[in-house]
Amino acid sequence: MTDLARYQDALTIQRVLHTASTIAIVGLSSNELRASYFVGYYLRRHGYRVIPVNPRESEILGEKSYASLLDVPVPVDVVNVFRAPDALPGIAAEAVAIGAGALWCQFGVINAEGARIAEDGGVTVIMDRCIKVEHARYMGRMHWLGFNTSRITSVRAGLQ
Amino acid sequence: MTDQFAHAETVPAETVPAEQGRPVEQDRAFGFETRQLHAGQRPDPNTGARAVPIFQTTSYVFEDPESAAAYFNLQEYGNTYSRIMNPTVAVFEERVANLEGGAGAVAFASGIAAQAGALFTLLQPGDHVVSSSALYGGTVNQFKHLLRKMSVELTWVDPDDPGAWRNAVRANTKAFFGETIGNPGGNVLDIETVAAIAHSRELPLIVDNTFATPYLCRPIEWGADIVIHSATKFIGGHGTSIGGVVVEAGTFNWSNGRFPVVADPSPAYHGLQFHETFGTYGYLMKLRAETLRDLGAALAPLNAFLFLQGLETLSLRMERHVDNARAVAAFLQAHELASNVTYPDLPGSSYRPLVEKYLPRGAGAVFSFDCAGGRAGGQDLIRGVTLWSHLANVGDAKSLIIHPASTTHRQLGDDELRAAGVGPGTVRLSVGTESVEDLIWDLEQGFARVATTAKKAATA
Repeated sequence: MTDLARYQDALTIQRVLHTASTIAIVGLSSNELRASYFVGYYLRRHGYRVIPVNPRESEILGEKSYASLLDVPVPVDVVNVFRAPDALPGIAAEAVAIGAGALWCQFGVINAEGARIAEDGGVTVIMDRCIKVEHARYMGRMHWLGFNTSRITSVRAGLQ
Repeated sequence: MTDQFAHAETVPAETVPAEQGRPVEQDRAFGFETRQLHAGQRPDPNTGARAVPIFQTTSYVFEDPESAAAYFNLQEYGNTYSRIMNPTVAVFEERVANLEGGAGAVAFASGIAAQAGALFTLLQPGDHVVSSSALYGGTVNQFKHLLRKMSVELTWVDPDDPGAWRNAVRANTKAFFGETIGNPGGNVLDIETVAAIAHSRELPLIVDNTFATPYLCRPIEWGADIVIHSATKFIGGHGTSIGGVVVEAGTFNWSNGRFPVVADPSPAYHGLQFHETFGTYGYLMKLRAETLRDLGAALAPLNAFLFLQGLETLSLRMERHVDNARAVAAFLQAHELASNVTYPDLPGSSYRPLVEKYLPRGAGAVFSFDCAGGRAGGQDLIRGVTLWSHLANVGDAKSLIIHPASTTHRQLGDDELRAAGVGPGTVRLSVGTESVEDLIWDLEQGFARVATTAKKAATA
């Protein structure tokens, strides 16, 4: 049983979201109704550069799509995974190989070996969390639609 | 996209890393009393207003056409129109969701509207619902008439009998429904057991938690999937506003094959598959973006503000409600003109084990008893009291009294009345937060009138 709590730390999540600028999405779909497209669209809207990694596509969200992480020609801060859990070890190895800062696995993308490979290679792991939801929870507008952000603060923030 | 907007969104956020001078937010488990004051709200970024502002507006100016499209496509969390969302209402929704331990909440113009919204989101014609028979009369009406009008079948079960729940399930069953504390019979639902039966058949359990409030019981912690409130009652707490709210746990698998109406591409939202796309938040998104949009029963911002004022003191009021209810119930149990006191917290109640498990802080403050003299006796009692308010509501800080057989449960036949735990002389109390000796003094006045009338009748 994977200890998911250690991959869902609030401070780590906030640090990754605050420091990242380029996010490669492995398994990004060009279908506007798929969850991966919702996430890619949202991240791009919030100022991140989103790089599609999907061998079946040529371009998504205005960016060239690459067959593999190894083909991406720019530094990648976060590798965001929308693939079946058993694909994770291979993706984790590639994330290590390209020197990515973090491996962010979406809801249900849980694989202990993949997590171990990434951690051994110095890559921060976040698992079974949605990057869009976590961004919206800490920096965005999740609270605008009555969702439980679990946040309690009396600090006056910047405009949202 | 506009770079200027993206900059404003991401850079000066409230949680810049510590090395930049402000703390990141720790993942602390705050207490209930803290959350009832703070959850869902952060000080208004424009003005710094500490209280929740009342956003009395129908609609919201869009930054640009792309933003507008993103809001309507649900690609970005954005305000479009107050029939669907409103910033004041959103604070109320998040606060209730937080207190109940759910993924989120959607508010409605009444508790009955919230219930209709929760059900219509997962039902279609030809479906079947299994419901406790010990329910609020308004809910019985909604299920018996409105649901049947929509071609939804219904089976009433004795909520205390697990076998009855199990045996009522059919191929087309879509939900179990019950109340944490039945109105007005005081049945306590064995939530964990009923939830396990529902889940063994891949069905959600919907619980009306109005009488307990999240301070006394949190059904999601025991396996409930959807929690409904009439916020009109203890949440508001002061009898000022009508409203309701639906909370969802976010853990039910709506893609299990039983719920094409939630999981399949939605014709009402350009083919969106709500559960696949939004996962944990899929049901809530559909509840808001389709059901609330199309039923139109939106909660008014002013009412949301008044409910938030109520929530700030929820724990304090519920403690006092429970203290007073225990004293009044004990007084009635010892009174010769009262019988069948249904307060489940009483030492002799058959629900004591369930109260200890689900309601350790107390079993709320609404219960009934049978007044001597049947229908006439109950009415005499109500004529005789001068502090208890005779009206059709519960959960006010003021003590309330009513005779269900001639009011809230008037539409029900004798069998349905009995199933709902109501007799001809039954009187329902909602014990308020007044000085408890005054409440007991007033009931003595009522019983004196009952006794005088009975004596006159005997000598006539």
